[in-house]
Amino acid sequence: MKLFSKHTNVLPGFGPTLGFTIFYLCLIVLIPLSALVFKTAEISWQEFLEVVTDQRVLASYKVTFGAALVAAAINAVFGLLTAWVLVRYRFPGRKLIDALVDLPFALPTAVAGITLATIYSHNGWMGRLLEPLGIKVAFTPLGIMVAMIFIGLPFVVRTVQPVIEEIDSELEEAAACLEANRFQTLLRVIFPLLLPSLLTGFALSFARAVGEYGSIIFIAGNMPMISEITPLLIITKLEQFDYTGATAIATVMLLASFLMLLVINLLQKWSRKYAE
Amino acid sequence: MSLPAPPHKRVTAADGPTVTEPALVRWLLIAIALTFLILFLALPLVAVFSQAFEKGMAVYVAALTEADTLSSIKLTLLTAAVAVPLNLFFGVSAAWAIAKFSFPGKNLLTTLIDLPFSVSPVISGLIYVLVFGLQGWLGPWLQEHDIKIVFAVPGIILATIFVTFPFIARELIPLMEAQGRDEEEAAMVLGATGLQTFFRVTLPNIKWGIMYGVILCNARAMGEFGAVSVISGHIRGMTNTVPLHVEILYNEYNFTAAFAVASLLAFLALITLVIKTIAEWKVRATLS
Repeated sequence: MKLFSKHTNVLPGFGPTLGFTIFYLCLIVLIPLSALVFKTAEISWQEFLEVVTDQRVLASYKVTFGAALVAAAINAVFGLLTAWVLVRYRFPGRKLIDALVDLPFALPTAVAGITLATIYSHNGWMGRLLEPLGIKVAFTPLGIMVAMIFIGLPFVVRTVQPVIEEIDSELEEAAACLEANRFQTLLRVIFPLLLPSLLTGFALSFARAVGEYGSIIFIAGNMPMISEITPLLIITKLEQFDYTGATAIATVMLLASFLMLLVINLLQKWSRKYAE
Repeated sequence: MSLPAPPHKRVTAADGPTVTEPALVRWLLIAIALTFLILFLALPLVAVFSQAFEKGMAVYVAALTEADTLSSIKLTLLTAAVAVPLNLFFGVSAAWAIAKFSFPGKNLLTTLIDLPFSVSPVISGLIYVLVFGLQGWLGPWLQEHDIKIVFAVPGIILATIFVTFPFIARELIPLMEAQGRDEEEAAMVLGATGLQTFFRVTLPNIKWGIMYGVILCNARAMGEFGAVSVISGHIRGMTNTVPLHVEILYNEYNFTAAFAVASLLAFLALITLVIKTIAEWKVRATLS
């Protein structure tokens, strides 16, 4: 006999805690977010399209989403490698490196921004090495990518790492017994197991990079049509008191984030199913 | 950023040659990963401090004790002191309702709590300008009653609460779900009151989870830039938080001062990482 079904839950406080949760959620998140939707609804569809498909705005989507895509791809490769190395291999300083992976979560974006801009400017530590090779990073779209790699890396590592930890060693032993070489085991047995979490990490890293502002604006150079990201364009419009323009572009960004959130949720469901 | 589950059977290099790569491959992979991490993570961290101390200790101290810097530190501390406790109270009550009870719409509620993480910081600031700004819903009424929210401290605090909203709740919900409700039920059956049960049974079990959430929430609250930048108006000595002050100094080509102030935030990030790592070990220990 089940002593405590959900109908006879003896724990108190359900009403007040749920009530406060919903109240606070509405007050802080839902009502302010709905302001964006209502403000956008004030303008006509025609006006909306005109604002969000303006040449300069289109160029900013291209820069933002393009750079985020490349940065997330680079993070997927190196994040997977980092997670694998941290879980499977033992080397001096491993725990320190493991803790360091979270630095982009903890370091304020403005600090990351001015630091990356300084390192990659022509007389900075990296800029000095790269510029003779003809590679300019600071104040180009490449700089935007560098900042996006910095802030997105922990998402891939921290999503893939627990999955690698959970892999049952028997799988690999079985593959080895069946005369698979190590490379075949990695490619055919391990990689498919990691794929859902790797895609989730990629999507999280991409989503974060698309919305990022602080770490990018210092290194980007912010030239309209070339290295101007969409979040900056929203701020520029606001500073010109163009509330309609800012709101319309923000709505497009918000829709894009919701779409990504949906994809990420589906991916997470898939990885959980895969894990079982 | 969620806490990993305790591992059941870990494969390590010690398990022998069948389940690992040849030594040469191993060291090559380690070398590639470390080079990448040093270039992208360690180098910026070292650069902050190196730039801050470039012109010596005297310049460093002078930059930190300047009046505008001090007032920005005060504002940042105030912001975190309001935002973190509010989100802590919310996080605990949301986790109690979601983890200890079942009700329809639970998954939707959990998704909505995570929402601020998927919104660009710039949009997080913008929505409060739309509600409280002069052109916004409450703007005219607020102006009539001489209440300032946008380009003032309340706006900064609100935007900060928004961007740090999910941190504590999303750490506590999976932790309290994993712990179940047996212990609390036992306490209630034995005659404890609800509050006694919470403070004597639940709280000791989740204290490191709370620590973990609070420290990350605090780091973001003190370091938030985008959202606060939109709503603050950048009034020196008035609505300037530490990250905004870093930006102003940097844009004035006062690089040493900018990095001196930035080093404070970098130091905060290092402390955050240390406490976070400890809290993670403790949570793993309580779960296994």
